[in-house]
Amino acid sequence: MSNAFIAFQKNDESRCIVEAILEDNPNAMVDDQPSMVKIDVPNRLVIKRETVEEKIGRSFDLQELQLHLITISGHLDETDDEFTLSWNS
Amino acid sequence: MTMLKTLAPYEFKSRDAVENYQGRQLLYVNWERHRMFSRPFVLAMKPETPFSAVLEEMAACFSYHPDWQHIDWDKAIWQNGNTPFTPDRNKSLKDNGIGHKDLIRFRTPGLDGIAGTGY
Amino acid sequence: MDMKVAKKLGLKERYALMTRDLAWDTTYQKMEDVFPQTTYEGIKIHDWDKWEDPFRLTMDAYWKYQSEKERKLYAILDGFNQNNGHLSVTDARYINVLKLFLGSTPPLELMAARGFSMMGRQMNGAGPRVACQMQAVDEYRHFQTQIHSISNYNKYYNGMDEFAHQQSRMWYLSDGKSFFDDAITAGPFEFMVAIGFAFEYVLTNILFVPFISGAAYNGDMAAMTVGFSAQSDEARHMTLGLECIKFMLEQDPDNLPIVQRWIDKWTWRGTRKLASVGMMMDYMLPKRIMSFKEAWEMYVEENGGALFKDLARYGITIPKCFSQTIEEKEHVSHQSWIGFYMKPQATPFHTWIPTPDEMDWLSEKYPNTFDQYYRPVLEFFDAQEKAGNRFDNKTAPMNCQVCVSTMKFNEPGDPMEMCFRESIYQGEKFHTCSDHCKEIFDNEPEKYVQTFISSHQVLQGNCEPDGVDVNAPDFKPGQDMLGYWKLDKRALGDFNGSEDQKNFAAWREQATKN
Repeated sequence: MSNAFIAFQKNDESRCIVEAILEDNPNAMVDDQPSMVKIDVPNRLVIKRETVEEKIGRSFDLQELQLHLITISGHLDETDDEFTLSWNS
Repeated sequence: MTMLKTLAPYEFKSRDAVENYQGRQLLYVNWERHRMFSRPFVLAMKPETPFSAVLEEMAACFSYHPDWQHIDWDKAIWQNGNTPFTPDRNKSLKDNGIGHKDLIRFRTPGLDGIAGTGY
Repeated sequence: MDMKVAKKLGLKERYALMTRDLAWDTTYQKMEDVFPQTTYEGIKIHDWDKWEDPFRLTMDAYWKYQSEKERKLYAILDGFNQNNGHLSVTDARYINVLKLFLGSTPPLELMAARGFSMMGRQMNGAGPRVACQMQAVDEYRHFQTQIHSISNYNKYYNGMDEFAHQQSRMWYLSDGKSFFDDAITAGPFEFMVAIGFAFEYVLTNILFVPFISGAAYNGDMAAMTVGFSAQSDEARHMTLGLECIKFMLEQDPDNLPIVQRWIDKWTWRGTRKLASVGMMMDYMLPKRIMSFKEAWEMYVEENGGALFKDLARYGITIPKCFSQTIEEKEHVSHQSWIGFYMKPQATPFHTWIPTPDEMDWLSEKYPNTFDQYYRPVLEFFDAQEKAGNRFDNKTAPMNCQVCVSTMKFNEPGDPMEMCFRESIYQGEKFHTCSDHCKEIFDNEPEKYVQTFISSHQVLQGNCEPDGVDVNAPDFKPGQDMLGYWKLDKRALGDFNGSEDQKNFAAWREQATKN
């Protein structure tokens, strides 16, 4: 099984996004690097709008992720409610 | 067979064809297992140039290496590309069978670079 | 909690309306005449509407988020510059990695902008056209922001101001130039595999993720913000490249062998291009976060491996070069550094020998190779430099006909032997650095006989500064390479004793005392 991953620049908003990912992806592994944070999840990583909104305390458009993204791995599917990265193998 | 696909006829000359060198030809020289020099060097010389001129260029570059002064020249092994040959220092490149863009590979058995690392 | 206003349309509907719905098929002219480029490579497409950008980014949202990124970036750049941020980097050697990074990357970003502008015109479908246009604007943005971040360093340090002149002339910039020239002169689908897939998806992670994180670790907020801001666009670029691969493979089974050959070719060309990034990470960052080898394992072996495993359902196999890249990760950074160290009079940045504790770090990170092959020669160079006999190899290099790297790589399986490959085409010899470059040459020799190899051009008399009379009876080619390259003499030579070293020490002293 391969890991899907996502990396963000470290800032206050991405801190909340990472908290949301950890809540929604129990197998998530966090790799803390200088000025960035990378999160790996076996096979499928999901970011849910509702969870991010809860952590960040305001309404959140998943397209705002664009501002903090550094890199991704996996096939992407983005809707209004979920941003998903996954491998088929 | 070429796999090139184009929308129109596609014919271009080699940028390094020998006629671009005003009567000279390219020659590359490498001292094997002395990778301190990173890569072979290139010379442009007339085909009538004696091979001794190549030896002078080799000395100018390679003598920085402490192995250079220990070379037993009778034991040196020469290859033109992958073909062994014995150069005659007094004969021309042409008479030594050296053509445009040939690569001279020079081996010195027993000398394997700094501390035997190949460098 | 704030009142939430329901959006009128969902993301999918908005994307459909704002991209495909704004496009039309031509009627006065035949579609194949309007889009002549997308058929001659042999790729068969039956339904362009099957291509969808999974980010579903529309142009209005694109401008909104990009302008926000720009505001953040320039705020950080201004703050860094206003606080004399250049004096807070770890030590002055660090500046040299910037000279190399910022001197070589912006022109390539500009080439990518040109390439994706062409793709935005040539692709038949509205989905890829919009995504390619966004990427073209992104690449242009990267080109500009990188130059802006150079400008502050350029006020204080030597050797940064002539990067545009040097791009098509300097020996060591030829590999990147050749990479993009090869891609942009291919057809649109090959370009998408070359840049969109191999470069963006498989390889840029190495340059813009661990290297830029390393820049931050060394106190350089300017390079960090520029690098990460660029990389925030790369996630979209990677997605575009991957979508293009899947689209071709899903449209027609006949596309598979063509796509496979391109993946093989461009994964290798990208690997060669990254050899110098290896030395930037292992040798040029005074503080290191991870070795090039570790970065290669994380981003290429694991991530690339996951990708190829996933694409196996379409019949794609792991690129032929993959096992050689895994063997070479132990060697290329060291071989590259030796190649640059020995040319102190031919680069606008300084080189040096690592300190003893830096060598110990390299031993620890490269237990299979560093002590066995590389430490002894570096210690020899160090002793020679201290004795006043600093290495300066004045000869001109032999280069690979395909990747245009100097011929500095070892025979697979034998790190002490050089690797040489040779092809004969129309009676002329052509040399390549590896089996993979040889195969690329042999597949399309008509293309690669035109390669611009700077050391050869010098010997043909084509590399002279303005004002030299090449027809004069006593003309000898290549007598004034510094003039031809516009190399700042202060930027040459070993780091030890350089003007940058002295200035940095003096300015830092001033910054911490009255």
